[in-house]
Amino acid sequence: MENPSDRTSADAVRSEIAVEIVDLHKWYGEFHALRDINLTVARGERIVICGPSGGGKSTLLRCINRLEDWQRGRVVVDGIELTDDPKQIEAVRRDVGMVFQQFNLFPHLTVLENCTLAPIWVRRMPKKDAEELAMRYLTRVKIPEQAQKYPARLSGGQQQRVAIARALCMNPNIMLFDEPTSALDPEMVKEVLDTMVELASDGITMLVVSHEMGFARQVSDRVIFMAEGQIVEINEPKDFFDSPQHERTRLFLQQVLR
Amino acid sequence: MAALSDSPLVFLRQAPAQRLSPPAPRGGAFGWLRANLFSSPGNIALTLLCGLFVAWAVPPVLRFFLIDAVWSGSDRAACLASPQMPRPGACWAFVRVWFSYFVYGFYPIGQRWRVDLFFMALAFGVAWLAWLSAPRRGTGAVYFFVVLPILSIILLNGAPLVGLVRVPTSLWGGILVTVIVATVGIAVSLPLGIILALGRRSKIPVVRLFAVTFIEFVRGVPLITVLFMASVMLPLFVPERFAPDKLLRALIGVALFASAYMAEVVRGGLLAIPPAQFEAAQALGLPYWRTIALVILPQALRVTLPNIVNIFIALFKDTTLVFVVGIFDFLHAIEAARADPKWATPNTSVTGYAFAALFYFVCCYGMSRYARRVEARLARAHRR
Repeated sequence: MENPSDRTSADAVRSEIAVEIVDLHKWYGEFHALRDINLTVARGERIVICGPSGGGKSTLLRCINRLEDWQRGRVVVDGIELTDDPKQIEAVRRDVGMVFQQFNLFPHLTVLENCTLAPIWVRRMPKKDAEELAMRYLTRVKIPEQAQKYPARLSGGQQQRVAIARALCMNPNIMLFDEPTSALDPEMVKEVLDTMVELASDGITMLVVSHEMGFARQVSDRVIFMAEGQIVEINEPKDFFDSPQHERTRLFLQQVLR
Repeated sequence: MAALSDSPLVFLRQAPAQRLSPPAPRGGAFGWLRANLFSSPGNIALTLLCGLFVAWAVPPVLRFFLIDAVWSGSDRAACLASPQMPRPGACWAFVRVWFSYFVYGFYPIGQRWRVDLFFMALAFGVAWLAWLSAPRRGTGAVYFFVVLPILSIILLNGAPLVGLVRVPTSLWGGILVTVIVATVGIAVSLPLGIILALGRRSKIPVVRLFAVTFIEFVRGVPLITVLFMASVMLPLFVPERFAPDKLLRALIGVALFASAYMAEVVRGGLLAIPPAQFEAAQALGLPYWRTIALVILPQALRVTLPNIVNIFIALFKDTTLVFVVGIFDFLHAIEAARADPKWATPNTSVTGYAFAALFYFVCCYGMSRYARRVEARLARAHRR
C-alpha cells in the first residue's frame, strides 16, 4: 500500500493543507460547469462560497467528497488524492462530513439511528458506544430529547441540526455545508446558523455554500465568489464586503446586500 | 367594496381566542347509516340494489354448501337425491374421504409423518420470519433459507443413511407440492429479483445487459412455455442421467419466472427513492452494498410492498400450471379425484372445486392481510 516515507510526507502535508484543488474542470455534456478551479484550503480554515445560482458552487463542493466526478484536474483531500479507486473515495468520505440543503435524513430510521448508522457500519463502533457518541452530538446541537423520534416529526431546523450531528458523529476533519439554511423557514434559520457558528469556533475546517452574508462576515476566514463556473474573487470577509475588486462581485453584492 | 366597509381594515387582538375541543360526531348508528348508506337518492338506490342482490344470492349459496350439504358417507350413494333428501347440496363427504390424497398425493401412507413434520418445520420458519418483533430474526432467516431447505430435502426425499426410505418426487402430490412450489418460488424470487433490479441499474454494462436480457426474455414468455422449456428442452441438452429431477426443473422454472416480475416491481420501488438518499449515505462513507442494504432497500421495499405481495399471490395461484409438465399439485389431485366413478354425483365436481377455491382463497387472503399489517406498522413509524 503506502510506504513509510510516503506516510510521513503525507502527514506533514496533512497538518497544514485540508483541501487542495488544482486545475479542476468539469463538463455536463457540452456545458462547462467548472472552469479552471484552483484552491487550497488550510486546516482549520472557514470558507464561505457565494455567488449566483448555477455558478458552480454546489458542484465544486460536491467534488470535494466526490459526489461529482470531473474530467480534468486534481483534488486532494486530507492528503488523499481522489481517483476512481473506491477505497480512496470511501477514505475521504469518512473524513469529510456533508450537510445538504434538503437535510436528506433517512426517513425510515429514528434520529438516533440516523446518527449511529455510519459509526456502526463504517467505523465498526459497538452499538452502545455509537449511541453514546450520537447522544453527545445531539446534545451539542440541542435536541437530545428528539432522539427516539422519526425525522418526519421534526421541524426543518431540527432536521438540519440532526443532519449536522449525523455528520459530526463520524468525527470528520472537514465539514461541507451545501446551502444549509436555504430550505428553512425564516424562523428556523437562526438556530441552524448558531449551531454552525459554534462549530466554527471549535476549529474544524469548514466549506460553506451560503447566501447568509451575515454568517460569512462573522465567521469566515475567506469568502469565495463564484460565477459561471469560475472563481471570480477570493478575499477576507472585511475586504470582500467593503471593497470588492471585481465588477461581477460588486454587482452581486449590490443585489444581495440591498 | 360596500360590504368590506363593515369590517375594520386594522385589527388588534385584545384577548387570546379560546382553545375549543372539536365538535362531537353526529348521531350514533342511525347517523352512520344516513351518512354512509342513504345520503343521496343515488346512494339510496345503490344501497337497495345491493341489498336485493345479497338477499337473492347468499341464501341459495348457504343452503347448497352448508344447510343441505352431505357431511359424511362412504360412496356416491350418500350424495345422490333420495326420498329423504330430494335436493342434496355439496358433497363434503367426498372431500373427507379423499382429503389425505389432496394433501399428500401418492406419498406412501407409512411415510406421511415425514410430510407432516415438514409442514410443521415450514410453519415454524414462516412464523419466525412473519412475526415482526420475534426474537433473533437473523437466526430465523438462517433457519428459513439454509436449515429448512436441507432439512426438507432429507425429510421428503429420504436419506437411507439416516434410515429414511427414498420417496421419488413422482409420488409427491397435492397440497404438499403446491406448498413446495409456492414457497420456493417466493423465497427465491425476492432475493433474486432484488439482485436483478440492482443489476438493471448497475453502471457496469455487462451486468446491466445480462439483467435486462434475462428480465425481458423471461417476462416476454408465458409461464407455461418456461415450464415446458425447463422440463422438456433441458433433457435435450443434458443426458437424462444427469438431468435434474422433474419437480426440481419446474421449481427452477417457476422461481426464475417470478424473479423477473419481482425485479421490475423492486425497480419501481428503487425509482421512488430520491437519489439524494443514496448521496447522503455515500457522503457518510457507507460503501455501495451497505448503502443499498441499510438505506435504499428498506425504503424501496416499503414503497413497493403491495406490489410484492401481489406477485406472491399471483405466484401462489400460478403454481397450478405445473400440472402441464406432469406434476401432481393440489388442483390436479382434485381433478383426479372427481373422476372417481365411486363418487360420481352431480355435485362432486362443484364441491371439489369449491374446496380448491376455499384453500387458495384462505392462503391468498392470509398473505394479503399479513401484508396490510406490515404496511400499517411501517407507516406508523413514518408518519407524525
